[in-house]
Parts: sequence; structure tokens; C-alpha cells
Amino acid sequence: MTRTTLSRRQFITTSLTAAGGFALGIGIAGEGSAATLSARPWNDDTTRYPGEINAWVVVQPDDTVIIRYGRAEMGQGSFTALPQILAEELECDWNLVKPEYASANRNLRENKVYGSLSTGGSRAVRETGEMVQQAGASARARLIQAAANRWNVPASECSAAMSKVTHGPSGRTFRFGELATDAAAIKLDKEPPLKKPDQYRFIGRRLARLDVPLKINGSAKYGIDLDVPGMVSAAIIKCPVFGGTVKSVDESAITGRRGVLQVVKLNNAVAVVADRYFRALAALRSLPIEWEVGAAGSTNSVQFRKDYVAALDQKGAVARHDGNVDAAMAGAAKVIEATYDVPIITHAPMEPLNAIAHVQADRVDVWVGTQNADQALAFAAQASGVKPENVYVHNTFSGGGFGRRLGPDEVAQAVAISKVVGKPVKLVWTREEEMRQGRYRTQAAIRFKAGFAADGTAIALDMRNSAGSSNPGAVKDGLDPQTMQGLINTAYKLPNYRIISILRNTHVPLGPWRAPGHSQNVFFMESFVDEMAYAVGKDPLAFRRELLADRGDFQQVMDLLAEKGNWGEPMPAGKGRGVAVHESYDSVVGMIAEVSVTSGDVKVERVVIACDCGTVVNPRGVENQLEGGMIYGLSAALFGEVTVKDGRIEQGNFDTYPVVRMKDAPKTEVYISPTPGKRWGGIGEPGATMIQPAVTNAIFAATGKRLRSLPIRGQDLTKGA
Amino acid sequence: MVNIKVNGVAHQLDVEGDTPLLWVLREEVGLTGTKFGCGIAQCGACTVHVNGQAMRSCSVPVSSVDGAEITTIEGLSADSKHPVQQAWLTEQVPQCGYCQSGQIMATVAYLKTNPNPTDADIDANLTNICRCGTYERLRRAVHRAAALMRT
Repeated sequence: MTRTTLSRRQFITTSLTAAGGFALGIGIAGEGSAATLSARPWNDDTTRYPGEINAWVVVQPDDTVIIRYGRAEMGQGSFTALPQILAEELECDWNLVKPEYASANRNLRENKVYGSLSTGGSRAVRETGEMVQQAGASARARLIQAAANRWNVPASECSAAMSKVTHGPSGRTFRFGELATDAAAIKLDKEPPLKKPDQYRFIGRRLARLDVPLKINGSAKYGIDLDVPGMVSAAIIKCPVFGGTVKSVDESAITGRRGVLQVVKLNNAVAVVADRYFRALAALRSLPIEWEVGAAGSTNSVQFRKDYVAALDQKGAVARHDGNVDAAMAGAAKVIEATYDVPIITHAPMEPLNAIAHVQADRVDVWVGTQNADQALAFAAQASGVKPENVYVHNTFSGGGFGRRLGPDEVAQAVAISKVVGKPVKLVWTREEEMRQGRYRTQAAIRFKAGFAADGTAIALDMRNSAGSSNPGAVKDGLDPQTMQGLINTAYKLPNYRIISILRNTHVPLGPWRAPGHSQNVFFMESFVDEMAYAVGKDPLAFRRELLADRGDFQQVMDLLAEKGNWGEPMPAGKGRGVAVHESYDSVVGMIAEVSVTSGDVKVERVVIACDCGTVVNPRGVENQLEGGMIYGLSAALFGEVTVKDGRIEQGNFDTYPVVRMKDAPKTEVYISPTPGKRWGGIGEPGATMIQPAVTNAIFAATGKRLRSLPIRGQDLTKGA
Repeated sequence: MVNIKVNGVAHQLDVEGDTPLLWVLREEVGLTGTKFGCGIAQCGACTVHVNGQAMRSCSVPVSSVDGAEITTIEGLSADSKHPVQQAWLTEQVPQCGYCQSGQIMATVAYLKTNPNPTDADIDANLTNICRCGTYERLRRAVHRAAALMRT
């Protein structure tokens, strides 16, 4: 994973692109906040305020501080966390902060001034954090310099706090709003250094999220809620067999229906456009469509599963090989082996995909809740034929993303339809469309073999993994780094360690599912490591400690986990505890799940989570993401399975693709124990992975039944294996 | 023609009788706080009150509520001061927030029938889906709201 950081030089020069004015806020307030987020928080793309100090910070004459947010808000809270980081350096009054989305159009025209707007890989804070720190520090230094110039004193005699610059010796002050225009024109000789973590006064606070007030009264605008003048609505169905095309449409079946304006045939989909969405949808459901499905129309996922497991015996690419696994296995006192597999799963965010597109001859506007505004812009440009410089993406709140909103298929469709219709079009997918036109988490299988010395020490681990690539373009030498996540970069130390990857794709389109790669590989690895512990009669947590002996951060997390999670304390019959630990996205996380198994039914009663994600920006955010990620992964563990029959996805809604509800949700506790001075790690995804093996390991502890595939639902838990 | 009162305001609507109440609220009345999540009454994102009772509006034909009084999230309070909203704010429940209008409306209706629910009551009676997984906070917020409403 690369880090993108903007050079200090770029901040020195960005003021030149501003209209000449500028303003900065600085200051720090309490945990409650008057800072506000608009229900429609997108940038208008064109206005340049005189108080724009750099692309990230504008201070208005009334001291309001606009802070640009260069990622997407889909529920993870970084619309609060990133401005919180910037405000720390800026020294502005938090009550005056008004965050808004960074403009994707400007990001394109100004050479990625905001870095990547893509919001995946738990990257928002991890990768943009330092950029906004520097942006805040730079703006502060220039405000101070502007004040020093006016007073004709050295800047070193001035300081900033709470949106004011004060001259120490005389006690004189200027408000940021009075200095912003001057500050925007100031060029620094060199960018100021960033604060050290022990100097933070604002980072680390349990600030209330800025979006919550908008989300308890229905006022937050998601893409699906917007209305633009002259807009019509569209419902769509894409060929249910991936890769298929439209053969014929009998438009006469809906001719004359109230409100219906047009049937739009795309190559692989049919849309009905009407004055209202409900009319478009009702008409679409009455529209006879024949599809050209090709050979994929006879495939099914029962066969896929056999194929993935059979592929484990095929030749693959060596992803990693430490030591000499074959020699170590030959000399091992004990060898164990097991095969695991997982099914296809889908994202099912609460808000079905949707987008509004308005295609004009020389300009395209798109309103969409997207995880990747850069790519939405690119998709819109491509689908419209309009130059990217003339495409404007107005990002909205998203009703969940989890990876699905990274590949903006809905944007390309809405643009294509608007181009045909010549009006702004709001396209809304049904839940069925969302489940049947996903970018799914791959099916995958793995065969493990572990070798032990006579004293029970693990000496070798051998893996053959078969999975699909969600990005075939990234495959090099038969390897897709994403499918190897969680295996190739394991923290476990074994002298002999080998992974062989056998890539295998079907016609089912794949995409990143919260913690891609890790999502299946952590289940595999943490289940088999559990098996290894039992195979040599060791406690599963103690066994992990041995394999992580050189990792102080892991040991610290495991100490906390064991203490809070009552590890080792006896449990009644039918109940058990399972543990899993893993490092991903620069964070070390451990979980203990407590389950009860009664008459074959499992109930996850309690989950304890411990984490070291380094410097914590907002503990509330960390807790929320670990709790929520855990529930997301629990849905996959308990219920998650998408099946293919006749080339198409069988599930279509929450009745056939069940997810965790309140009754399934365990009591959850989160404990944070950061390594002092460690940089911030990502926290949006790790929770989704460890819960899966923690639960199946707990089931083993309770019943002696080892689950080697998911979901748990439908598997016989009444007898040990 | 269908007559409904939404958040105290009367509306006479020229709309097909089989149109789901959800879409009438969103597209005819113009209140978008009530969300479309599944269309088959599975997820509860579209929960509103019909004559005081919680209903999943995606599966309620508007003709069946002719003459009814409907309350949506926008009509729950003028200033977000309803105890359930306040509890949601204090517990910082929402993540993406898309399901929360429905969660709040379901909770308001449920607490009228059971002002002092146990965890087991909450688990059995509040069945809306949240994909962000805010259940831990939801449970806490329901207890907090119940306590606020009892005082």
C-alpha cells in the first residue's frame, strides 16, 4: 500500500491558484460543537473565495472555516475525523468549522490537489491525514505571518489559537477572518513542521460527529433524495446473466401507461424513463425483455465450488516462499492438513445504487453518493463523450458503501440514459438489481498443511489458494496482490512458509468487499492457526503469542484482549470462546467471541475487541468502525452466501440474503491500546474479518465441530467432527 | 384521488391507488427522509406511522391509507428534540444514517407499547436492518430514550 503525500512545496505554491485572498481559522473548542455540516455538503466547483489559503482551507471574513474533505462519507465518520486533524494544526475554533466535499473536477484540473478521492482500503485518515495536517499547518503559519506583517513584528513573537493570532509582547490580536486575504497571498520560505503527537490537544478527543444531527431528522441528502430541475426518473434491469445482452424488448406492453416517457435500450440493459420513479419501476416490471445470455447461462455455483477446490491441485504461482517448506515437512514430527472454502458474498448497502446525470453538449453534471468521485468523473466522461474537464461530480452522503460504491456502474448507466433522453435523469436500482448486479467478493478455497517439531513447535506452513481476481488488469506473474492479502503479509513468524496462488475467474464480476482479500483469508488463516494450536495441545491464544513473540504491539493487544475477554475462564457446556488476531491497514486488532450452541443453533452472545491503531483521531470513530465492521463480518459468517444458477444470481433481497438484525447482534466491547507514537492505522475494515474465525473457533470450543466453510447457517452443529 | 394527512398537512393526490405509500411520500409529497431500502417490507428503512402505528411504507398501497394521518421522520419534531432523537444524538448512533429514520420511527412506536423494554424485548421487537451494524448503540439509545420518556 503506497502512501500519497503532498509535498510541502505544493502547499507553498497552492495559494497562487487562489484568487488572491485567503483566510484561516485556528482554535480549539470542547466536545460539543456548533460546527456544521450541510445536508448537501458538496463544493460548487467554481467559486474561489478570497479567503482560500490553500485548496483545503478557506477562512471567510466572518471567521467561518471551510475545510475541504477529500474522501467520501459513507458512514465511517471521516467527514468529522479529517477536519478534526486539520483543525489541530490550524488552531481554529472548531465551532466555526464547516466541512465540505473537495471538488473532483478541481482535483482533475489541478493535478490531484486533493490526492486520491477514492475511499477504500481504510485509507481516509491513514493516507489523507498527513496532507491535511500540512494544509492546516501551512495555513496557520501564513495567518501568523500576515498578522506579523501588519504589526511589523517578527512572526516568532506571534501565535495562533482559537481562530485568532496574538502578538505576545503587546497582547494585540487579529481574528483569522481579518487576516485571511493577506495570508492567501503569502509565500512561505519553508513549510512549518507538524506537531508531535504529544502536542496534540484536539486529535484524540471524542468529538461528536458532524453528520449525526442531519441523520436523526431525515434532512441529510443521499443521492437518492435529490431532485434537480427538469429531472425525470429511470428504473433499470441489466441482463441477469453477466456478460449477456438485450435480445428484444416488447415496448407495446407498456405503451400509453401514465407518466412513461421512453424505453431506453442499452447494449446490456433496459431502462424505463418516466415522470416518477414509481411509474418507471411499475412499467419496467411489466415490460417483456428477452436476453442473449450465451454459454454463461448454463453455469452454477455448485460447480464453481467444485472447480475452486479442484483448482488447488493445479499448478500455481509462488507468491511467497521462506525457507524450504518441502524439506521441513519431510522432517516434521507431525503434519496436519485441512481444506477451507467460502462462497460468493455481496455488499448490500442500505441505499441501493443510484445517480442523477445531466448530460449537455459540453458539460456533464452527476449527483451521486460515491466512494470514488475521481472514478465517477472518469466513468461519466467516458459514457458521455464529454471532456473530463467539463464533468462535475457532486458527491452526496452515501447509504453505505463497503466497497460497492467504488465501481460506479450506476453513474455510467445514468449518463448513458440522460444522453439519450436529453434531460437530467435520476436512475435508481431496485434492491434486486443491487444484489444481482454486484461486484462480488470472490469464491475461494485454500488447502493448508502445517508441520511441527517433536516438541510441538510449528516449523512450516504451506498454502495453496484458489480465488478470483477482482482486478485482472493488476495480475502479474499469475498473482493478484489483493487475493493474497492476509496470507502474504502475515505477522506470524514461521521459518518455512509458502503460498501458492491459483487464480481462477468465472463470469461473475468481482470487486472489493470490505477488507478485500483479508475478508476470506483471515477466516482461513485464523481458523487453521486454531487447528494448529489444538493439534499440539496448546491454548489457541498462547500458541498465537509464540508465533508473534517478536511483536510487542500484538502482545499488548493480546494482553488486553485476554483480560477484558476473560480468556481461559471456564464456560458452561454448550458455550465457548474463540479468538482471532490480525494486522491489516496498519492496525493490529484482536477479537474474542463468546457463543452458545443450543440444539444446533448458534448465538453469538458477546464480542470483545482490542486494537492498536496507533494514534487515535477520535476514539468514538474507532469504536463505531470496529463495532460496525464486526457486525458486517458477522453477517457474512452467519448468513452470507450468494449462489448462481443458470448463470444468474438467485438471491434478490433480504429475505433470501439475510443479514444480522438486532436479535443476532452480540453485546460488544471495544478497547483501544495504541502504541505510543505509532502513526494512525486504518480502522474501517479490520473489524469485518476477525469476527468470522473468532465465531467459528468459538463454535469449535463449544462443540468440537470445526467449520471449514461459511456461512454457518445450514451447517450441522449438533455433532463434533 | 387519495386524501392523506402528512405531518398534519392535508394532501389530495392524483396518483394510482396501488402506488406504495413510500413513493407517494418521497415523490408526490416531497419528503425524502423516509428511505427506500428493499421494497418488500424486509428492512424497515421506510417505516412511518399510519394513525400512530409503525408501518413499512414500501409495501402499503396508498389507496389502503386513504384518509389516514401519516407521520414521517420530518414530522416527529420540529427541532429534533423528540426523546428518541435526543437519545440517538447522545449515543451517536448513526453511521451512514440511511436506516436511521426508520429505526427512529420504529422505536417511537414501539416505546408507546412498551415504555420499559428489556434487551430481549428490544431484540424481539425492533427488527429493522442496519448494514453499518449500529446495533450496540441502537440498543443503548432505545434504553436511553425509554428512560427520557418515563421522566
